[in-house]
Amino acid sequence: MSDENLSLELEKLCVHYKRHDDLLSFIKKVHEKCGYLSPENIKNVASLWNISVGEIYGLTTFYSFFSTRPLGQNVIRVCRSTPCYLENCDVVVETIEKKFNIRPGGVTEDGKFSLQLISCIGACDQAPAMLINDELYGNLTTRKVEAILKDYEKRQANSFNMRGCDARKADCFRKLWSH
Amino acid sequence: MPERRIVLENCGVIDPGDINTYLSRDGFRALEKARKHMTPQQVINEVKRSGLRGRGGAGFPTGLKWELCTKSPEKERFVICNADEGEVGTFKDRYIIQNDPFGIIEGIGLAGYAIGARKGYIYLRAEYHYLRDLLENAIEQAKTKGFLGEINDGSFGIEVREGAGAYICGEESALMESIEGKRGEARYRPPFPPEHGLWQKPTTINNVETLANIPHIIFKGADWFSQIGTQQSKGTKVFSISGDVEKPGIYELPMGTPLRELVEELSQAKDLKAVQVGGASGRLIPEEKLDTPLAFETVLGAGAIIVFSKDRSIIQVVRRNIEFFAEESCGKCVPCREGTQVMSDILRRFSLGQGNKEDLTVLEELSNAMMLASLCGLGQAAPNSVLDSLIYFRSEYDT
Repeated sequence: MSDENLSLELEKLCVHYKRHDDLLSFIKKVHEKCGYLSPENIKNVASLWNISVGEIYGLTTFYSFFSTRPLGQNVIRVCRSTPCYLENCDVVVETIEKKFNIRPGGVTEDGKFSLQLISCIGACDQAPAMLINDELYGNLTTRKVEAILKDYEKRQANSFNMRGCDARKADCFRKLWSH
Repeated sequence: MPERRIVLENCGVIDPGDINTYLSRDGFRALEKARKHMTPQQVINEVKRSGLRGRGGAGFPTGLKWELCTKSPEKERFVICNADEGEVGTFKDRYIIQNDPFGIIEGIGLAGYAIGARKGYIYLRAEYHYLRDLLENAIEQAKTKGFLGEINDGSFGIEVREGAGAYICGEESALMESIEGKRGEARYRPPFPPEHGLWQKPTTINNVETLANIPHIIFKGADWFSQIGTQQSKGTKVFSISGDVEKPGIYELPMGTPLRELVEELSQAKDLKAVQVGGASGRLIPEEKLDTPLAFETVLGAGAIIVFSKDRSIIQVVRRNIEFFAEESCGKCVPCREGTQVMSDILRRFSLGQGNKEDLTVLEELSNAMMLASLCGLGQAAPNSVLDSLIYFRSEYDT
């Protein structure tokens, strides 16, 4: 999608969210469309909403689900709060680190996966647990994590080939990564 | 005391995706009863008489909260359902939403009727995004059946708002800031939400579990409800149990049930050393005090119970707690922002066996300063487990 088309789309979306007075959801939408909040995106949101750039930047850095740096297409969030710690969440993190050769906060070279450590996700009865995008996975073991990741890799490949994916999103990412 | 299901009565029994299954179990009868046969003040009086207190941890009397809201001359008012369940070890609200979203909607409808609001919000944490469709579907069905939307001479609607990952947004004033599209930083109070809440309008904010209690109170009456529980804590409490137990999960028990019964009998903990009640910000209870009853007058919080067995290092546990707060502190006030950071450093040293006596003094002094001077509950409650560990497990701080 060209920059122009993107701005047009954002403008349209903005009308909807303004009617509901829902800035946070609008930023979320921008984040979803572009994969992260670039300085340009932040400026765009600020001017569409008629709020200072500083304020929007303040918002994007406050909430842990927003990122001002490119994230992977799939974001893995491993819980490291006390109940998951008791059930060895460190092993989950290590498995992912090894598999993708990344550290917490990092993105795989192909831009497909990000790894983050986060606070309690409310799945303590299934500890250790993690979220991949919006899906919850609990009672994790090394083997289970490996299987889940493999499944995501497969899904990822399929979605690119079959749906022509999100050609838009792919395009957006290619652009980001070329910078 | 055996388990007693009131809030969870419908969980696992109804289909959370089909309102008819809820209706067949007297669903929405309380809301109908209120709208047809009770004035808003009568609803408030009933809730006040029931003795229901907030289930999010603070335990403020719910009826009183509602009444304060109606005292404002401002006519535009809001109800907010706090579904930003971020406290470490708590997952009861997730369970209630997953299994009985209609009960929550009915509770919000009743709160809205009582305080004269036309709009309710459910603030759902981003980590629970996977529950959003379920909630919105339930709202839609309630609308189709005529329980939401245009009613008599007014209207009442519910909208789901989602957070974006911040523990502090479970704190009521930070939550409102977040809905308004700002950084979720705690507000200075007074004024309190019933006076100046969301968009400066009178607002009542209640926890998911609190609201899920309301239909039962209105339908069966305050007298029935207030028979359950203790002197100052009426009704039941939904507990989330995790950690070193055989059967982690959700348990609903009458207020006043001894901690030991819940932990040893129901969730089958063995060889336990301590239990943390109320999540990362809660109190650390050593094994010898397990007979403590669970109630607002003793120890409760939002009902998160994390169990630690004998082979656990308490310092590691406390360190994890404080690291959580250091990460989640909103940064607005100094005692919390700096205090959690310094504590985290000290606890790291102790966990490496490098702490000294002076560090212990600093931990204590800092704890007291934070509890006294922090702006909101986050900083005020963060040192709880540190102080308790210094009382009950001081020998582990080997200096």
